[in-house]
Amino acid sequence: MENDLVQADCIEAMEFPDLAARYRVQAVPKTVINRLHSIEGSLPEEFFVDEILKAVPPRPATEPAPDQSA
Amino acid sequence: MELIREQDAVEIKERLKALVNPVRLVHFTQELNLDYGREAKLLLEELAALSDHLSVEVYNFLLDKEKVAEYGVDKVPATVVRNGKDYGIRFYGLPAGYEFSSLLDAIVSVSRADSALSPETRRKLAQIAEPVHLQVFVTPT
Repeated sequence: MENDLVQADCIEAMEFPDLAARYRVQAVPKTVINRLHSIEGSLPEEFFVDEILKAVPPRPATEPAPDQSA
Repeated sequence: MELIREQDAVEIKERLKALVNPVRLVHFTQELNLDYGREAKLLLEELAALSDHLSVEVYNFLLDKEKVAEYGVDKVPATVVRNGKDYGIRFYGLPAGYEFSSLLDAIVSVSRADSALSPETRRKLAQIAEPVHLQVFVTPT
């Protein structure tokens, strides 16, 4: 809800065994981020967010002002 | 009620009193060849009956192709939790057990249009500049 770029699916592992197998889900909860990264188990909010940010680079800082010494 | 037990219905109804604005449960299913298809639809209908702020819309995964494309649903049963806005919240499978309480949490948050996350978390999430697809795998037990 906080960012329109984020989509969140809650998936019943037993009903979608192929998908669970693809991501090697053995214990739940398991969170897969952009099909590449994963978080095993549940995490407190702040750690969970930090894991997401590790998977997705943050918006770059604003460009430094061009050199105006000339 | 067939799926929601009487004592649970009382508790759920109480929880749903927190709803402020209407929430739409957009559900995708198919008639044949779907484990828990009937149960998932029925569960949502029973849940929606417990609050005036909750409604269910049901679409056929095979026939309602425009809706399937609109919501980007790729498997069924699927439930979108939305208000006037689609936040990208999807529940796949029968929302029972652990998933059911998550569904209720999502419904309440969407109704309030508030994630209930900390200011620090919101600040961090605002930094995300490319699409993030979270897939959280759960089981009913």
